Amino acid sequence: MVINLKKLLVHIKQYRKESLLGPLFKLMEALFELFVPLVIASIIDNGISGGDRAHVIKMCLVLVVLGIIGLCFSITAQYFAAKASVGFSKNLRHELFKHIESLSYSEIDQVGTSTLITRMTSDINQIQTGVNLTLRLLLRSPFVVFGAMIMAFTINFKAALIFAVTIPVLSVVVFGIMLWCIPLYKKVQQKLDGVLGKTRENLTGVRVIRAFCKENEEIEEFENRNGLLCAAQKFVGRISALMNPVTYVIINLAIIVLIHTGALQVNSGEISQGDVVALYNYMSQILVELIKLANLIISLTKCVACGNRVQALFEIKSSLDVKGENPEVKGDTAVEFRGVSLRYKNAGDDSLTDMNFSVKRGETVGIIGGTGSGKSSLVNMIPRFYDATAGEVLVDGADVKSYTLEELRSKIGIVPQKAVLFRGTIRENMQWGKDDASDAEIMKAAMTAQAADVIESKGGLDFEIEQGGKNLSGGQRQRFTIARALVKNPEILILDDSASALDFATDAALRKAIRSMESNPTVFIVSQRTSSIQHADKIIVMDDGKIAAVGKHEELLKSCPVYNEIYSSQFKKEAV
Amino acid sequence: MAEKKSSGAQKGTMKKVLKYVGRHGFFMVLSIILAAVTVALTLYTPILIGDAIDLIVDRGNVDFDGIFKLLLKIGIIVGATALIQWLMNMINNRITYHIVRDIRNEAFRKIEILPLKYIDAHSSGEIVNRIISDADQFADGLLMGFTQLFTGVVTILGTLLFLISISWKITLVVVIITPLSLFIAKFIAGRTYRMFKLQSETRGEQTAFIDEMIGNQKVVQAFSHEDEALEKFDEINERLAKCSLDATFYSSLTNPSTRFVNGVVYAGVALSGALMCIATRGAVNPFTVGQLSCCLSYANQYTKPFNEISGVVTELQNALACAARLFELIEEEPQIPEPKDAEVIEDAKGNVSLDNVSFSYSSDRRLIENLSLSVKPGQRIAIVGPTGCGKTTIINLLMRFYDVNGGAIYVEGTDIRNITRDSLRSSYGMVLQETWLKSGTVRENIAMGKPEATDEEIVSAAKASHAHGFIKRLPNGYDTVIAEDGGNLSQGQKQLLCIARVMLCLPPMLILDEATSSIDTRTEVKIQEAFARLMKGRTSFIVAHRLSTIREADVILVMKDGHIIEQGNHEQLLERKGFYYRLYNSQFAV
Repeated sequence: MVINLKKLLVHIKQYRKESLLGPLFKLMEALFELFVPLVIASIIDNGISGGDRAHVIKMCLVLVVLGIIGLCFSITAQYFAAKASVGFSKNLRHELFKHIESLSYSEIDQVGTSTLITRMTSDINQIQTGVNLTLRLLLRSPFVVFGAMIMAFTINFKAALIFAVTIPVLSVVVFGIMLWCIPLYKKVQQKLDGVLGKTRENLTGVRVIRAFCKENEEIEEFENRNGLLCAAQKFVGRISALMNPVTYVIINLAIIVLIHTGALQVNSGEISQGDVVALYNYMSQILVELIKLANLIISLTKCVACGNRVQALFEIKSSLDVKGENPEVKGDTAVEFRGVSLRYKNAGDDSLTDMNFSVKRGETVGIIGGTGSGKSSLVNMIPRFYDATAGEVLVDGADVKSYTLEELRSKIGIVPQKAVLFRGTIRENMQWGKDDASDAEIMKAAMTAQAADVIESKGGLDFEIEQGGKNLSGGQRQRFTIARALVKNPEILILDDSASALDFATDAALRKAIRSMESNPTVFIVSQRTSSIQHADKIIVMDDGKIAAVGKHEELLKSCPVYNEIYSSQFKKEAV
Repeated sequence: MAEKKSSGAQKGTMKKVLKYVGRHGFFMVLSIILAAVTVALTLYTPILIGDAIDLIVDRGNVDFDGIFKLLLKIGIIVGATALIQWLMNMINNRITYHIVRDIRNEAFRKIEILPLKYIDAHSSGEIVNRIISDADQFADGLLMGFTQLFTGVVTILGTLLFLISISWKITLVVVIITPLSLFIAKFIAGRTYRMFKLQSETRGEQTAFIDEMIGNQKVVQAFSHEDEALEKFDEINERLAKCSLDATFYSSLTNPSTRFVNGVVYAGVALSGALMCIATRGAVNPFTVGQLSCCLSYANQYTKPFNEISGVVTELQNALACAARLFELIEEEPQIPEPKDAEVIEDAKGNVSLDNVSFSYSSDRRLIENLSLSVKPGQRIAIVGPTGCGKTTIINLLMRFYDVNGGAIYVEGTDIRNITRDSLRSSYGMVLQETWLKSGTVRENIAMGKPEATDEEIVSAAKASHAHGFIKRLPNGYDTVIAEDGGNLSQGQKQLLCIARVMLCLPPMLILDEATSSIDTRTEVKIQEAFARLMKGRTSFIVAHRLSTIREADVILVMKDGHIIEQGNHEQLLERKGFYYRLYNSQFAV
């Protein structure tokens, strides 16, 4: 378990200097602290018994000087520790964000958004606290403990043996409790995922929840999950709370033995009374240190548990294996499917089976079929959102797997079903397709996407879109997502049922505008409406994950019963 | 000035925290008592040890019997201390986690009654951050506060008492020097509160960004926008690292500084103690080395809590900064409460009327103005018009997600503001274009509006909405767990489930906002037939683009820019050759 965490420590590399200097200065501080009992012993043995006031004063000044040196070292140590831990978590967040971005659709589907968010936020925060405390205290505490033991040996061998026995016992207890707690903290974080999930769900689904008057049930469910979280926290708290009392007992038992041994030794004249006080002081120092350590151990345990969760994310590798030769464009076939099948992870059945078709450059392809027949799955394979479980998908005559993802996706403009926009101005959103798109380019794309008048009504490209495009209507969002894909000037344009919120007039105008685009892209239109695709060069009719037929509108009307049925379901009533 | 303000805000937050703490009064008192006992026992032990040391004087001058008795006593006391300490820790745990649980619950309950205006205007990530991270940090700080503040204060008081019992002179030395460390701690804490607040705000901003980007990872990838997203992320991350470093470093200064003061105290005790030893040597009542050792040990114990308290104070700064953000959410103005005598409508027949309604989301842009409409039971009202004309807004108003700015909406002759929200909303069945499924099984999702539904009812609702076929093919049928955000279901399949949900509970009125936009038309026709059968004699509002859906409506409202520009049935509107006519014909135009 701890090994997993080690892997994370790679990200602290950049701060190696700080993470070494921090503990080092802390050690020096501790070193000076260890002199304190010696100074006191000197006060007692030389000062008091000799009645030497000057010696007492001198020694007390030494104590203050030790304190000042300790202060300087300690502040330096705190600075380095803070810098290293903050830098570490910064790097970690950066790497994790980057890693999540590299995951393919399959992994994202599987892992789920809430846990990704908790791991990026709550877990990394815990790690930061843990690392900071560790750098500040972890080396210091064992150092003080062992240092105290060594100092004890310089006083009296026999008495020091008590230290040598006590310390291993203490370590066993401390590490035992720690190992016990790590999996428990992991559970706490899992429960936290649940609470976060519920909260997110209630924010995104607020309309439906209120429409169904489910507020009270939702509250109940939240309180349930929250209660589970609380119970898990209390349970782990109960165990980690053992740390202090148990170590306290052990040390005090050691002190009892120590005094007993000390008494015997003094009686036989081997050591002095001052030595016993010094030995006792060292034992007390260990106690004080362990109390500090106990708090640290709790943070550290949390840190390890959270670290494991973060590392577990790093272990998920993208299932897409990218070669990146970027082959040259060959032939005039833009897209071809050869015996392609697709089965989603954990799905019972294939979503696509044995797909074979090819599309020439500049052609418009309509894809139609029943709900869940695999239309979206099909187009999602062209930009390689999912990899084929069998067969191959070719773009420009080469297997999609031979491109770098960036190269492949730069050819393709996709308008997803769900019209997602991001917080920022219209211009910023439009530049997603092309970083350096000029206003003129954006307006041209907007014109084609029938979004120009929307931009105008919003007062121009500087209009601020809220998260998720909440301040736009569904149709407006769709037009913007279409424009965003067009700004890219893609070779292949995929419209995945993305005109569903557009009225017919707009839809028709959109199709007309796309057909007259200068760049003449290959267009895939997924639609429910035959009117949207009936003029396509090629229509693929999907039925239950298979191709039912491929052809033109007129041919299909005659030859394909599925298509005929879809068509008549719309036109029987609508035809005037 | 700013300082004053922040400390005022802090006090306000502290007061609110104390209100929650007060609910656990019994355990609080118990915790304080246990803390006092623990401290007393912890402090008593050094006295006994000091006594024992005094019995070890010199070679051949050791009172073994006395030592043995003392050691036995020490053993018993230590055992008792440990037990009590554990109990106290558990109680503190309990109080803390219960408080945080309560605050989280309250925050969540607030979310359920916040007006939609608030939720629509705030990013979900930011709200989530408050309930998750802020509450977490608050818990950490609070727990530290409990475990250390009490014992700290009690230790300080206890030690002083014990010290006085040994030597009031040394006590005086201690009392004079130590306030210095509190002063330092307060000085640092005052400056770090703002840093912690900034840190927690920046964290909120980052979480919101993460929520947006990770939540829509698929779009990010489709546009190869990973690098830009990472760049923006790094910018926030960089800022966070900076203010985090400030907060962490400055707050961590407290500990070394107070420890230094403690060192000075220690030296002071050693000095005065040793001098007293020398001065009283040979006197009747000498100040012994054992007593000095005891005093030194007390000085350590006495100053340690100052250390801890100062540590706790900075930790509390962070906790309070986070709590303040939580309270901000909790204290947010809720939706207008229902009047006490709000009516419960049980069997709405479907009389809905809008009287001179006007509404806008923001005061600078007017949307709906002087909209009047009267709907009779059983009528099908279709709302058509170009995007952004306010169709969805009407639904927001009918469901009372938003309140009208002017005019009124009546259901069965009663202003909907005088009807309980629950009964108003359950009179409508609503299916939106934006499908939303809760994480849970297919069965749970369908049964959302009627949890007591039998399996047969659920299956027949699924059959009516033509969802049964694909549900059967899912790996676990009706018990398949739908992943977050709908997972691998297609948009159309999600819509089918949403329709099944409404089919099951069959409310007297229906709102369909592009409810079938992602469903293929064959299925749609069948679903509409099912709806027509089920909704016979019930009022329905339909927003749609497919004219097949609209044609059969009793009244078609043609909307443009927030106004109803045409109104009538299909034939009447075609005859008028107006906006609708053009719209209708456009679908055959190429």
